[in-house]
Amino acid sequence: MSEFTLWDVVYNLLLAARWTVLLSLTAFVLGGLVGLLLLMVRTAGNPWVVRLVRGYVELFQGTPLLMQLFIVFFGLPLIGVDVSPWVAATLGLTLFTSAFLTEIWRGCVESIGKGQWEASASLGMNFTQQMRYIVLPQALRIAVPPTVGFSVQVVKGTAVASIIGFVELTKAGTMITNATYAPFTVYGCVAVMYFLICYPLSLFARHLEGKFRHVAR
Amino acid sequence: MAYKFDFGAIVPHWQLLFDGVILTTELTVIGAVVGVGFGIMGAWARASRAPVISQIVGVYVELIRNTPFLVQLFFIFFGLPALGVKLTEFQAAVLAMIVNLGAYSTEIIRAGILAIPQGQIEAAQSLAMNRVQIFRYVVILPALKKIWPALSSQIVIVMLGSSVCSQIAAEELTFGANYIQALNFRAFEVYFVVTGLYLVMSILLRMGLKVLGNFLFERRRHV
Amino acid sequence: MSLVELHAIHKSFGELEVLKGIDLTIDEGQVIALIGKSGSGKSTLLRTINGLEQIDSGVIMVGGKKISERDTDLLALRLQVGMVFQQFNLFPHYTALENVMLSPQVVKKQSKAEAKQIAEEMLAKVGLADKMMHYPDQLSGGQQQRVAIARALAMKPKVLLCDEVTSALDPELVNEVLAVVRQLAEEGMTLVMVTHEMRFAREVCDKLVFMHQGRIHETGDPEEVFSNPKTPELSSFVGGLA
Repeated sequence: MSEFTLWDVVYNLLLAARWTVLLSLTAFVLGGLVGLLLLMVRTAGNPWVVRLVRGYVELFQGTPLLMQLFIVFFGLPLIGVDVSPWVAATLGLTLFTSAFLTEIWRGCVESIGKGQWEASASLGMNFTQQMRYIVLPQALRIAVPPTVGFSVQVVKGTAVASIIGFVELTKAGTMITNATYAPFTVYGCVAVMYFLICYPLSLFARHLEGKFRHVAR
Repeated sequence: MAYKFDFGAIVPHWQLLFDGVILTTELTVIGAVVGVGFGIMGAWARASRAPVISQIVGVYVELIRNTPFLVQLFFIFFGLPALGVKLTEFQAAVLAMIVNLGAYSTEIIRAGILAIPQGQIEAAQSLAMNRVQIFRYVVILPALKKIWPALSSQIVIVMLGSSVCSQIAAEELTFGANYIQALNFRAFEVYFVVTGLYLVMSILLRMGLKVLGNFLFERRRHV
Repeated sequence: MSLVELHAIHKSFGELEVLKGIDLTIDEGQVIALIGKSGSGKSTLLRTINGLEQIDSGVIMVGGKKISERDTDLLALRLQVGMVFQQFNLFPHYTALENVMLSPQVVKKQSKAEAKQIAEEMLAKVGLADKMMHYPDQLSGGQQQRVAIARALAMKPKVLLCDEVTSALDPELVNEVLAVVRQLAEEGMTLVMVTHEMRFAREVCDKLVFMHQGRIHETGDPEEVFSNPKTPELSSFVGGLA
């Protein structure tokens, strides 16, 4: 049994946690961009596009994240793309995030009354202008709390990436456990670190929810 | 050299997939029933007049909701033996799912309870019902009915989450997939098919929960 | 010994003192109306009698027993004191019959058959024998309120508190409920009601209690109180009703 101090464990976990944060941020931002794009095309109203986006959302919401990552990880090499765990994890988590965010935002946009569309149309605005100046700004305010809330799910999702070999907090936990034979302590620390990342986000989301409740809707 | 897909390579191993589906279903059913039961108790505890009980449950809920399921699973399977609690793979997987769903459903059911109009409670109080009776006869069924869609979604999420239980060698569907692709080297085909199976399962589960909801909360005309 | 005695009742909601020293006695068989402007404290006072509001100081005695805040005492109290609410508060997931049967079965531990019999009796009494199997959302407001009255009566209370029981009803539905209340009064039920139905109060009540800003300003026979108000507040209240 090796001599490891608690600080050794924590230090190494913290190093790995940087990757958790990096993956989370990357997937969240990229996923947000893709989600926004999907939102725009879906709102434009073409029935086939709507069906496609709906199918996309149902696919990602109806299958395990782990399966999605496996398919990306094992599928990309088949079409000749060399894929590292980092790339596969980023791509997989980005698509996952985009599906959930587009669905959250769809709800927010749909809660903008028809009157806003009609008024802006009668002022001569085209679809892009309507979205950009009238609908999205209002939808944005409603969307902030659940979007922040979902960021917690993204952070938790990075843990699944450990399974395809991406070395983040959970994978580091497993590796350190194998070295120290102290799973209770190590996984306990891992849990605490995730908590320290996620809990403030959860609190922030709740705070935003409360703030926006006072806004007349 | 283009890759030649070979979905047929999965067929000889269909039994593994079948067993995996069964086990995933078992995990989900037990996890859901006991987890929701925990949720009802947790929601009751959150409304308790002893602040300590409410706070303890509150801490449990926040811990679970702000940590990944995989980490909870590892902690239960690898960490608990340090306290003398050794569980089999299946037991650990089920326990993790119960603990996880218990936390989420506590919050969901609590929201449903808070949505019951105060007037209903006062009417029941004025009829000399005590807190337990009020909870049982006036509050819990209408609350469950109200939050049934949200609870159903959470149950589907937990079912999909069971996929990571493969990591502790619980022999559910993903474990079966891992095993097969190690045998036939057709990782993409195997995971593609298994993803389809999960999709079907989640659709069936959602439908089943909807039917269950209708059955539980339907109005009955007998007296 | 009076059925209900209130001595020096004080209650505040935070900074706001709502009941500023109330003394009131209610004898068996009396029909009492609490009247006054909004904010006078009449509903709050009513709700202290069955413990839905806790008092800050003072004594409440019901049937000779002092009410405390203990759960068991409150349960025993509510077996004797029933209440009907402005918003009816019927349980939406039960039929009218089940609403009335629930408490006798669950609280008084009566058998299903017994409870059913009492429930059918009470529903017939309020004129809703044919609506027993209906759910609240299938009934009009007046019908729902009558079911609520039947539900309270099924517990055989000694006192029935009525908190603005017609205020949430469309005008054409008010009379059917008042008719039931009148019938109860004639049968000798002890009633305490907060109401805006002044004509009804004059006809049916033995005693009128006029409250203003948390105090009882005047009490007395309805005719007396209306024709000879002794305080300016009551004068303007009565004048405002004309």
